[in-house]
Amino acid sequence: MIGRVVERIKAGLLEVQEYMRMLGQVVRGVVSRPLYARDIVEQFDAIGLGSLTVVLLTGTFTGMVLALQSGLTLDQFGARSMVGRLVSASMVKELGPVLTALMVTGRVGSGIAAELGSMMVTDQIAALRALGTDPIRKLVVPRVIAGTLMVPVLTVIADGVGMIGADIISRTQLKVAGSVYWNNVVAGLYMQDVWMGLIKPFILGFVLVTIGCHVGMRTKGGTQGVGRATTNAVVAGSVAVLVVDFLVTKVLIALMY
Amino acid sequence: MAGTGTAGAPAALAAPRGTDAGGDAVVFEDVCLAFDEKVILDHVTFTLPRGTMKIILGASGAGKSTILRIILGLLKPDSGRVEVFGQRVDGMSEAQLMAVRAHVGMVFQEGALFDSLSVRENVGYRLFEETRRPIAEVDARVAEVLGYVGLDDFGDRMPSELSGGQRRRVAIARAMTSRPELLLYDEPTTGLDPITALTVDDEAVKLRDLEGVTSIMVTHQLRDAFYIATNRAVRDGQRVRFDPLPDDEPGSTLFLMLKNGRVAFEGSAPELRRTRDPYLRAFLS
Repeated sequence: MIGRVVERIKAGLLEVQEYMRMLGQVVRGVVSRPLYARDIVEQFDAIGLGSLTVVLLTGTFTGMVLALQSGLTLDQFGARSMVGRLVSASMVKELGPVLTALMVTGRVGSGIAAELGSMMVTDQIAALRALGTDPIRKLVVPRVIAGTLMVPVLTVIADGVGMIGADIISRTQLKVAGSVYWNNVVAGLYMQDVWMGLIKPFILGFVLVTIGCHVGMRTKGGTQGVGRATTNAVVAGSVAVLVVDFLVTKVLIALMY
Repeated sequence: MAGTGTAGAPAALAAPRGTDAGGDAVVFEDVCLAFDEKVILDHVTFTLPRGTMKIILGASGAGKSTILRIILGLLKPDSGRVEVFGQRVDGMSEAQLMAVRAHVGMVFQEGALFDSLSVRENVGYRLFEETRRPIAEVDARVAEVLGYVGLDDFGDRMPSELSGGQRRRVAIARAMTSRPELLLYDEPTTGLDPITALTVDDEAVKLRDLEGVTSIMVTHQLRDAFYIATNRAVRDGQRVRFDPLPDDEPGSTLFLMLKNGRVAFEGSAPELRRTRDPYLRAFLS
């Protein structure tokens, strides 16, 4: 029993060590040549444009349900007109970054783990090395660059459509005038909130893509292994997004507020 | 890329094929490797002179493919010495190994073609991605090697559209595009029907006899192994003919048999046929 626990701890530490080693290789890959520009552009398309639909839907419906729920609560204080403040603060500071990161983890993190995992088990990664290509530079660096830069863009889009969705509900269901709603949206946001909403997605994007890549590059055991890797990437990525979000929020509050 | 060398490549690697008759292409000296408790290679020693071929036989899990991966630097041995073209590779970093790999081609089991790239892009991968050669020059070389393996019209197809035998031939074409001095074949005919396997065998024989490529083939397909060891390719005008060697002629191909991670036999095809070792007899029967 104790032996098994020790083995699990060892395996966990090994994963952390390998993850950190991969991060070191990624940093070296970003700051030195060769940089595979065509692969980076392809990943911008796959991660950014490819995730747009799911982010638009998530942002819109989150904003709408937020307006509905906030309206009910604010009614208790006769402050229904303040719905814009609640929606903007919640979307920009927290829901936009976290939900976008979670949706991208589900779509992109799993895809990266499955793609790299199947390349591992079919020897394509070994073939890359045999052909003189560093798989980290060719496969991981483009995904990390694209993920780190596209998640913030997707987050801003999610924030925007979320507030538009909330505007629609405010007008049609809560009967709050559009001008009142948008005045409250602006009034409810402070510069620190905007910074927090912009800084967090960079870190969350980096975390979710690097976890997907790490899990994919460590895949073993044929098609079953690819299935396990995909599941692990989503589970580990989602938990990491929530944990890192909490830690980054705590640090940013201490630094900015 | 043979003979052109790579930036930073060791001088020994830059010698044009066929001119450095003295050196060994590969030296394995007392190499050991174990994964946890399982011993994969147990003091394996052999040499591969330039211009020759070695066929590594053995049961599944005997460590055959591991030898190829160690030569290419994809795996590191626990102990022993591994040299490729006079350069010790067992302690090299990944960056140093890239210079060695520029002179080595490998045909993986099942081909390991890149799913997302066309046949043309697969075959020309190393030249497209890792060199600055003009596209027209790379395309010409790709067309040349695809013609060599009899797949001239397949450049625009995707790997998923190819049969098993075509995939292996594309893998051979990809491995030979950059004119490597050493070719490693990892069970290139496993899972193929005998007729298709023969087309793959012919490519290996042609590369050995007509191009002078040093090679190692890992297989447990005895029919293919003996065909390659006992036939030679001869150019006959525009055509290539395959002639059987006389029964007692050893040829330039030697067999190496692995048993439980150790070398159980090393010799020519006639010597292997004459062996009285019970394990080898059982393997050959």
